[in-house]
Amino acid sequence: MKQIASFFRKFLKGFGSISRIVWKQIKGPMKYFYLGLMILFLYLPIIYLIIYSFNVFPANRRGVISYKNLGKWNGFTFDNYGKVFTNKTKEAVLLTLEIAFASSIVATILGTAAAIGIMLMKKRTRTAVLSVSQLPMVNPDLVTGITFMMLFEFVSMLLAKLGGARVNDFLRLMIAHISFSVPYVIFSVTPRLKQSSDMLYEAALDLGCSPLKALWKAVIPDIMPGITSGFIMALTMSLDDFVVSYFATDKLQTLSVLIYADTAHGNIGVNPALATIIFIPLVAMLVGVNVRRLAKEREYEIQNKKVKMKKV
Amino acid sequence: MKKWLCLLLAAVMLLGLAACEKKGRDSDKENNAETVEPAPEPSGDDDGIFADGDQYSFIGGELNVLNWGEYIDPELIEIFEKETGVTVNYIEMTSNEEMLIKMRSSDSSYDLCFPSDYIIEQMIREDMLQPLDYSKIPNVKNIDPKMTEITNVFDPGNKYSVPYMWGTVGILYNTKKVDDPVTSWGILWNEKYAGKIWMYDSVRDTIGITLKYLGYDLNTRSEAEVAAARDKLIEQAPLRKGFGTDNMKTSMVNGKAAIAVIYSGDAFACIEENPDLAYVVPEEGSNVWFDNVIIPKSAQNIEAAHAFINFLNDGKIAARNTEYICYSTPNKAAMDRLDAYFTENETYNPPAEVLARCEVFHDLGDFVEVFNAAWSKIKSSN
Amino acid sequence: MKRKFFAYPYIVWMILFIAVPMLFIFYYAFNVDGTWTTERFLSTISDKDTWSVLWRSIVMAFETTAICLLLGYPIAYILSNMKKSVAGFISILFFVPMWMNFVLRTYAWSAIIEYAIPDLFHVENTLTDLPGGKTIAVLLVMVYDFLPFMIMPLYNTLSKMDKSLIEASRDLGADGLTTFLRVVLPLSVPGIVSGITMVFVPSITAFTVPELIGNGDYSLYGNKIEQAFKSGNISGYSVGSTLSIVLLILVIISTVIMNRFDKDKEGGSIL
Repeated sequence: MKQIASFFRKFLKGFGSISRIVWKQIKGPMKYFYLGLMILFLYLPIIYLIIYSFNVFPANRRGVISYKNLGKWNGFTFDNYGKVFTNKTKEAVLLTLEIAFASSIVATILGTAAAIGIMLMKKRTRTAVLSVSQLPMVNPDLVTGITFMMLFEFVSMLLAKLGGARVNDFLRLMIAHISFSVPYVIFSVTPRLKQSSDMLYEAALDLGCSPLKALWKAVIPDIMPGITSGFIMALTMSLDDFVVSYFATDKLQTLSVLIYADTAHGNIGVNPALATIIFIPLVAMLVGVNVRRLAKEREYEIQNKKVKMKKV
Repeated sequence: MKKWLCLLLAAVMLLGLAACEKKGRDSDKENNAETVEPAPEPSGDDDGIFADGDQYSFIGGELNVLNWGEYIDPELIEIFEKETGVTVNYIEMTSNEEMLIKMRSSDSSYDLCFPSDYIIEQMIREDMLQPLDYSKIPNVKNIDPKMTEITNVFDPGNKYSVPYMWGTVGILYNTKKVDDPVTSWGILWNEKYAGKIWMYDSVRDTIGITLKYLGYDLNTRSEAEVAAARDKLIEQAPLRKGFGTDNMKTSMVNGKAAIAVIYSGDAFACIEENPDLAYVVPEEGSNVWFDNVIIPKSAQNIEAAHAFINFLNDGKIAARNTEYICYSTPNKAAMDRLDAYFTENETYNPPAEVLARCEVFHDLGDFVEVFNAAWSKIKSSN
Repeated sequence: MKRKFFAYPYIVWMILFIAVPMLFIFYYAFNVDGTWTTERFLSTISDKDTWSVLWRSIVMAFETTAICLLLGYPIAYILSNMKKSVAGFISILFFVPMWMNFVLRTYAWSAIIEYAIPDLFHVENTLTDLPGGKTIAVLLVMVYDFLPFMIMPLYNTLSKMDKSLIEASRDLGADGLTTFLRVVLPLSVPGIVSGITMVFVPSITAFTVPELIGNGDYSLYGNKIEQAFKSGNISGYSVGSTLSIVLLILVIISTVIMNRFDKDKEGGSIL
């Protein structure tokens, strides 16, 4: 009995050490295999759309093409790229970009000013203001969208009683997008403001600057990185938004709303070439930014080395 | 960093410019263009665009049209814009209920809508519509009197609406996949076709046909009957592929599904693309529906709205439109122009005995809340 | 001029466009055609269906979050142990899909599930055709959509972690597993918490994925709210508002709970 037990113990020990050796051998490759698998998972639909953007999609008698049929390969063509920008998509893309840039600029100005002001408030007021401004971040965007829908309907009702003006769709989208992106600007700017010393502002005042000029010349440049990242956050939020726009808008369609309408209930689907066109510049931009960052890091490393060498 | 911001600002300004320019230039282009190239002129017997040689004077301004998806030949909008100088903003929606919301919201600025029968009845009840000025719509003479007789039921005297398209609700099935005879709604509960059945994503249609299947009235006001229909549809949940609207068409044409509850016009278009499909209006009876064109009270460009209704009812224009959409036209002048391909097709032009077992939906007033509550339960049964 | 005043434009904005709109939810929940009543509110609250769908959404959100965490943690961990320059590049690969339009990504999956897979593998039934298949399909796509949101905060926390602590643990004789459980995992809690917040709350309210992937025949709580508001009758507004209030309470509770875990306020969680 004992013998069997010790055999087992030995066996287990041996098995353990063998498996540990095997694990060490495959740990590296396993890691890369897993990363590869996950990257494949994340890119599968995108790659699929890119491949099928070169597929032939036959038109029916009426000239209507359904892009939904993404399983049949009918041959290679570049035609889909010529057909991407119908008037509808062109308008939607332009609108999305206009809203994204315009709303992020307004949100950045509003948010930066707010952050500067909030920093100088009494602690109590500051907490109160900050927690209300967090609402759009915590609030599910479904609820945010619905509240905007009800607000605009109410305002329009008032306006209609007063004389028939209506809340323009562009204005609706602008207000909604600005509202949900300002908090992100505030939260990117505030940490920078905390780091930046108030001395700079005081010094500028002492040197004869007006308060506004002091702010513009001394404070703003100091917190610029925070402002920029806030702007980029706002831009991203606006470009990616679907739910809030879906409820806030009446007639105008942003790209997300258009895609949803065409896919959830439409027969036509989305031209896969559109996905490719949206995707390629995105990758190029991100890779470009990253490569530049890498280059900078590299430079920094080299400089560090040089400094060290000099010290030696 | 400064340079970067400047660049962004410049980009925004450019975009703004582009937008302004766009608004100027695109005014003579149509809004809705998923079409490839202008199709060849339809088989015209005479040269003019219009059957009666109509002339339109310049009207100008904008016309906001709210309509279903793929529910007008986009070229017709172009023609209308060219004839009248009106810029047509064409907005699509996917359900009658959505149209009602859009029109009810107090800042709605639609000039023309195409709702169905029971919604028109409700809109009349809620005083949302404008009486039509028939002196501005001479082409209304083309409408088949048999049709106005039916539409009279929900719009007494046809005061507010002109029929645009009509059809039935029935079953579209794939003859290669379905070997049972399709004569009853009961096939929708046949487990042999589990996962291959599309239902229509609309409260009244789906609950309506279930009521018919159970032998009840389409416009029932009995809570018990609605509850029975609801339970029947909840029981169907594992068999359903989904609730679809236009999106089920590609699925049916490609043989991804076997059975679909669908409008006759869509069925016609699907059969055209896949001859294996067939359309049936079941024996228990069904719904005959009308999509009429109406002018809401809040309309701004009333002149252009009337002109557009008149334009759509021109014999030749209506014929082109029905050829494009595949939905049946109530326009007699247009019917006379269509060839046998349409007129002798029983899906497009159902025989009298089929129509005899079909009913029109009526406005249910507040009872619609019972339908909506049931619908909400059905939609979350899967 | 005091610099404090700079905050005033935004405070006015906040009141007009954040605080006031929220009041509408409460108005519509308790007001029917101009009269104040709790009848609609109570009838919606007491509806069994409301709670069963809410429960289903919570379960779905929980599963989504758990799977994202299980899949995402190893990714973030592996990335954080790589050479900085390489990790930077690979991590970008994981975040790029997050920047692509959310609706478009979801649509791509629906096309793959409904058309590509059956055609390429010559199968008769799609995943959504099978009983219960819609749940699996929706879960799959939810995991897909939210995975980058889980990886990002985890990677941020793990890569900032002081590596000498791990070495110290090793030196003191702990094996890999113990080091991970006793050192790495506790230190990455802020990342886990903000990852969970970024996935859990949005996935409770998701309505695009169930609608697109479930062929309009699969409802989560978000779909119920959307259906109520789009039902075409005015009572839909009060039903939808009531459902929204329940949702708000739930979100606030879960945020408060999450904040309990995140003592340092390092993650993205708020309130």
